[in-house]
Amino acid sequence: MGIRADQAVRWLFPLPALAFVVVMMLFPIVYTAWLSLHEWSMSAVTPPRLVGLRNYATLLGADPRFWMAVWRTIYFTGLALVVETVLGVAIALLLNRDFPGKNLVKTLVLLPMIATPVAIGMVWLLFYEPTIGLANYVLGLFHLPPQPWLASERGALPSLALVDIWQWTPMVALIVLAGLASLPADPFEAAQVDGATPLQVLWHVTLPLLRPTIGVAVILRAIDALKTFDIIYAMTQGGPNYASETLNLYAYTLGFSYFRMGMASALLEIFFALVLGVVVLLNRARRGVLM
Amino acid sequence: MSRGRLRTLVSVLHGLGVAVVLAVFLFPFAWMVMSSFKTQVQITATPPQWIWQPTLENYVEVLQAQRFGTYIWNSFVVAAGSTLAGFVLGLPAAYAIARYRQHGLGMVILVARIVPGITFLVPWYIFFSKLKLVDTYTALILSHLLVVMPFIVWVMIAFFEAIPTEVIEAAMVDGCTEAGAFWRVVLPISGPGLVTSGILAFIFSWNNFMFSVILTGARTKTLPVAIFNFLSYSEINWGALMAAAVIITLPVVILGLVTQRYIVRGLTAGAVKG
Repeated sequence: MGIRADQAVRWLFPLPALAFVVVMMLFPIVYTAWLSLHEWSMSAVTPPRLVGLRNYATLLGADPRFWMAVWRTIYFTGLALVVETVLGVAIALLLNRDFPGKNLVKTLVLLPMIATPVAIGMVWLLFYEPTIGLANYVLGLFHLPPQPWLASERGALPSLALVDIWQWTPMVALIVLAGLASLPADPFEAAQVDGATPLQVLWHVTLPLLRPTIGVAVILRAIDALKTFDIIYAMTQGGPNYASETLNLYAYTLGFSYFRMGMASALLEIFFALVLGVVVLLNRARRGVLM
Repeated sequence: MSRGRLRTLVSVLHGLGVAVVLAVFLFPFAWMVMSSFKTQVQITATPPQWIWQPTLENYVEVLQAQRFGTYIWNSFVVAAGSTLAGFVLGLPAAYAIARYRQHGLGMVILVARIVPGITFLVPWYIFFSKLKLVDTYTALILSHLLVVMPFIVWVMIAFFEAIPTEVIEAAMVDGCTEAGAFWRVVLPISGPGLVTSGILAFIFSWNNFMFSVILTGARTKTLPVAIFNFLSYSEINWGALMAAAVIITLPVVILGLVTQRYIVRGLTAGAVKG
């Protein structure tokens, strides 16, 4: 027996949430698109002036800072994503075995991802401090030369990626761990009957079965890594000399330091398209693997 | 090597591996806490001091001189406010989406997770300025709500889908409207889901920096913005900075430890189904 669909619940229940999303999200996206076709400095008294696609042309054609930011965003995300996926899967496999205190360990590795990013950034700032920081002290113990870490143009972005890796590898590990728990038993029994070694089981059975789960973890991480703001802004503010200026940081600077709202809006539209494109691409890759 | 010995060896290596993982992920927290009980001289000492006479001086300084009580209260009001509002908007929506399989609607709400937050920030800043809402709880709660509400919807759809339809139908046969069944039957049995999504929503709002740094002012400054402002001193007072970091992190860590079972479920909700 089925009860007739309650139209009031069906349509009225989601209405407030939907209205809120439209006002707070869709409207800004449309407004940003409109603003991106204008030149407007918020500090000035003059109203926005229509300039067509000039902001886009400037960014794409005449702004090396923009292209550097695109490259850094992709570099930061790619670096963090690869390391987090490999380490996350390895840690999940490590924690998948039964051992005393397993649940406690799972709880504790959760802490980096729920701790306040700005507070995390402050501790890593102390680690990376060139003269008093622990990072260089540890290098010294191994007779390695001290590094400038965040203070150098070459080191800043990888140093920030390391913080992201520390913070978000647990997320990949926990998702993969949940995926491991839901795997069917049959393929493993079959492999055992066939006399496969543990390594063969891992490579030919476990990892292929895990692919969809790993795919989801990668997509979730990609979305957030592309948009990383807190850690970068709190630790380097895009410096030194723009060396860690990703698209997010550049948009922020254009909008809230230079008050070039039209330019910032054009950049945001491109940024949005980039994130969307990466998500669609990754999703397609994941589906392809599945089929 | 005998089989038993091999097994012992594997166990020992495994235990070692787990210990290394734990050490790596917990060490920064340990260092934060240790440094918060050190003087500036002790913090800047090389080699680092592992044993020292702890001092409370940093906490006294942070709590007294920096109006930290106000910042804690601001953070609490905004996190609690946006979580509550997230429930009011998100729970009915999640229920309708789960029950009537309106995945299109669900997607619209979930797009908020994909769009870079800063895309909203420029228009919001302009409009909140015009409405004289910058530096009010209203603006902060509304902005955090856009992060919090889709997340609540995301987690709760999974929970509501797991509730058998018979439960709702039985209540409706007994004379409830569907809205009544939602209120009197579905919500009371969704306790774990509400705990999961509520705590994570609170944490997301508590941790939020990007929206807060633009939309707060002197009156509504939240903890992450306050701790960031610490940095602007010419010489960084590391001890006070670490004490402030501990104060921000402590509530989140306690919440996380107490409710860890739910949190893992919430963070990975929907991910495993793929």
